Amino acid sequence: MLHGSVIILTSFAYLGLLFAIAYFADQRADAGRPVIASPYVYSLSLAVYATAWTFYGSVGRAASDGIGFLPIYIGPTLMIALWWVVMRKILRISRQNRITSLADFIASRYGKSALLGGLVTVIAVIGILPYISLQLKAISTSYFILVQYPAIIMPDELGVAPIRQDTALWVALILAAFTIAFGTRHLDTAEHHQGMVAAIAFESLVKLLAFLAVGIYVTFVIYDGFGDLFARASAVPKLLAMMTPLGGVAGSYASWVWLTVLSMMAIMFLPRQFQVTVIENLDEKHLRKAIWLLPAYMLAINVFVLPIAFGGLLHFPDGNVDADTFVLTLPMAGKQELLALLVFIGGLSAATGMVIVETIALSTMVCNDLVMPVLLRMRSLRLNERPDLTGLLLSIRRGAIVLILMLGYLYFKLAGEAYALVSIGLISFAAVAQFAPVVLGGIFWKGGTRIGALCGLLAGFVVWLYTLLLPALARSGWMPIGFLEHGPLGIELLKPLQLFGLSGLDEITHAMIWSMLANIGAYVAVSLSASPNADEHRQASLFVDVFKQTGETGGARFWRGTASAPDLFNLLARFMGWTLADSVFREYAAARGRRWPEDGLSADAELVHQVEVQLAGAIGGASARVMVAAVAKEEALNIDEVREILDEASQVVVYSHRLEQKSRELEAATNELRGANERLTELDRMKDDFVSTVTHELRTPLTSIRAFTQILLDDPEIEIDQRTRFLGIITKESERLTRLINQVLDVSKIESGKEGWQTARVDMKEVIADTVSAMSQVFQERHIAVEISTPDRVIAVSADVDRIIQVMLNLLSNAVKFCDPGKGRIEIVLSEQPGSLRVDVRDNGHGIAPADQAVIFDKFHQAGDTLTNKPHGSGLGLYISRAIVEHFGGRLWVESSPGLGARFSFTLPTGENL
Amino acid sequence: MNGKILIADDEPNIVVALEYLLQRSGYEVHVARDGDEALSQVNALLPDLVLLDVMMPRRNGYEVCKAIKARAELQRTKVVMLSAKGRDAEVNLGMAAGADLYITKPFSTRELLAKIKTLLPS
Repeated sequence: MLHGSVIILTSFAYLGLLFAIAYFADQRADAGRPVIASPYVYSLSLAVYATAWTFYGSVGRAASDGIGFLPIYIGPTLMIALWWVVMRKILRISRQNRITSLADFIASRYGKSALLGGLVTVIAVIGILPYISLQLKAISTSYFILVQYPAIIMPDELGVAPIRQDTALWVALILAAFTIAFGTRHLDTAEHHQGMVAAIAFESLVKLLAFLAVGIYVTFVIYDGFGDLFARASAVPKLLAMMTPLGGVAGSYASWVWLTVLSMMAIMFLPRQFQVTVIENLDEKHLRKAIWLLPAYMLAINVFVLPIAFGGLLHFPDGNVDADTFVLTLPMAGKQELLALLVFIGGLSAATGMVIVETIALSTMVCNDLVMPVLLRMRSLRLNERPDLTGLLLSIRRGAIVLILMLGYLYFKLAGEAYALVSIGLISFAAVAQFAPVVLGGIFWKGGTRIGALCGLLAGFVVWLYTLLLPALARSGWMPIGFLEHGPLGIELLKPLQLFGLSGLDEITHAMIWSMLANIGAYVAVSLSASPNADEHRQASLFVDVFKQTGETGGARFWRGTASAPDLFNLLARFMGWTLADSVFREYAAARGRRWPEDGLSADAELVHQVEVQLAGAIGGASARVMVAAVAKEEALNIDEVREILDEASQVVVYSHRLEQKSRELEAATNELRGANERLTELDRMKDDFVSTVTHELRTPLTSIRAFTQILLDDPEIEIDQRTRFLGIITKESERLTRLINQVLDVSKIESGKEGWQTARVDMKEVIADTVSAMSQVFQERHIAVEISTPDRVIAVSADVDRIIQVMLNLLSNAVKFCDPGKGRIEIVLSEQPGSLRVDVRDNGHGIAPADQAVIFDKFHQAGDTLTNKPHGSGLGLYISRAIVEHFGGRLWVESSPGLGARFSFTLPTGENL
Repeated sequence: MNGKILIADDEPNIVVALEYLLQRSGYEVHVARDGDEALSQVNALLPDLVLLDVMMPRRNGYEVCKAIKARAELQRTKVVMLSAKGRDAEVNLGMAAGADLYITKPFSTRELLAKIKTLLPS
């Protein structure tokens, strides 16, 4: 026999343990060594998603719908995969704007609108009440059942107990006290409740262990493992049907889809989920682990749902035991006293965790977004003049906690008995899903406006009220049931469960379709038709572009006005207490290399913004704005100025980017120009040299010709052999002149590419023999030995024979020039190479310096200083020779080392069309 | 004997022409084929006049001219520069080196003889 006092004592002992954990975590947090700064604790705290609804209700749902309970857990698993994109953005926005709650988030996004914050709070409170009542119902029901041990009797069989014995009321009161102790011991600027988070994480462990314990007991102790259990279930036709997802019992496609969507929204927008995920988050990086740890937790707590449901249905075949209680009644039926107690504690865990976090989150919203904005506007209260408002803030929150739990109890009394646990929970899910369009739209779409958000939320909420809440109340007998069956005033089209004739869907799907249509439709349509004001424009930019901003001072850009630092300090101290305000100012000053209050601070936009952000942490963004505005005389920015500030930042970036590019382009252009200029200067110099060289080369033979003609002219009696000699010289010099002119013409031909050369078969052996014999006299005069080595037969090349002779002559006369007269030696070697013929002309002269080897092929370049070491040539020969060889596809080059002679070589390709 | 003249030029045909002209006009004529030879001949012969080409192997005409003008015992030696380089800058270089006359090639033999006569009055 489990006496009531045992259960109650155990419960209190458990709550006491929780409190100890919370107290310890708070102490550690104050000491700067937080226990919750771990992704595992963070992930476990997110599991506050699994409430008494999961603990008792999943089995209840599974017992009627089979695996129809799953979408509630599939939704979060799908949603969390998107968290790195969506939730990380919400986290960043919330940190930068000191967001304290979901209402604050939405209000801040739409121009710090107090009205919007209030509306969100009202929707959240009304929407969540069914959910809280569900927890109260779960605890009181489980107590009722457990206290009957070993008998298994359902509460309805006992009749309605007098108020004095109404466990649910006591549960509500005790939870209120406990929540107050947890959540409102002191004010925190960032609304962090580290103790609470630690306790919640612990509770998540307890409920998981308790549930797993029952699951193992049912599966492996009552039955013989999964195989045995499922085999027995399959033998019952009604149970077999439950195992197929869309077999009718498990729900239609539409309800699966909508339940999944609904849970996707719930995991983000339930006030308690927003609280633990966003407000209590200490480190963005914790999200990474949570993204897989939370789904893993969901999986673990769902593994035994079907086995327990089937076990219950098989064990209590006559249906007089409520399936929602199988988790508890199965161990009781097996006389497992301790296990039953553990299950009760697990359920208590699940319920208290939800209630504590939910009411703390809601009380923050009620205080910051509903009560304070009203109080601050009531001048008769003279709140502005009260030195310390922290006590007032805490009192409002405590009052809100008690009120919310009492309202939850009221809902339980009004409607709770008519519905199963899961149905009650889904009504709340549908309510918070109304926040999805304005939040998701708000962080990704700058076009959403305050009035659009108001209309969307209101429209969605009204549809929710009409299609879900009113029917729930009507079914419980608080409204005429005819309202459901025939519509209000008998208008069939307005029947709440078949609105505008939409029938054949379950209640939740029906409500979701209409409320989302109204919500999103109104939000988008109204937003598009109204243009945002300056505040909305600024906030939209701060939220949507949160990852483009640096530091926490993004908002400071938008403030302009005058303020005094002591005024700001006093304002902060009134709401947060002197100590906290002092530390905030000291930190702010220290970051700027100053001391507070010794050095004073200039109350610039940044300080004003900092104070507003800190205040927002205590009383919400909308109220903080009002309070700061009262102290600091802000000059209102109009919409154009806000746009300007926003544009300025982006324009500066674009502009400097353009400037950079321009200067890079300029630099490139300058370099190109410099290069071109150098080439031009070089060309100009070359042209000068060319002209100067050509004139010099032309003048030399001209000088001889002129001198000798004048001599002959002036002296008609000159001896005959003298005359003959002089005329010979004149002839030779004339020829030299002609040659030179031809070479200059060759150069210009080559350069203009108009050479009219003939291509024919050329026998190199013949060319060599001819040129050597043509120059034999020169060789003899200079006593130069010439050696020729050629193969017996060589293949012909394809070229202009006159040009190749020109090349050969040029190379030979160069060789002659460089050889010392008397001991000169010239070697000519003709050889065949794959694909080409090669000719080497080697002399034993003084060689060519390496520096000169590269330039001797340039026009008019002559080896050595032209002033002192004048070679006998125009300086055009090698240039022309190389141009000729290259024209016919060959190569001309030199190898030489000073003192060891030079070897000029050229190749000509063979075997082409020959 | 009208005077001693040294011809310094590496262009053989021009040397032949100048030698013939000057000998016929009664001058004692000597020939050098490059700058170094010119300088050593000047030192050995102490000529009255040097016909100096600018572009010569080993030592150019400007250098030879400067060296001549730098020696006290050669103060009386006249230097006539003969060059195919006829631009103003080159003429100025020759005058700066101390040349008494700068004549560009090709030249008129009559003019050359007349100028030499004025430089070397007998």
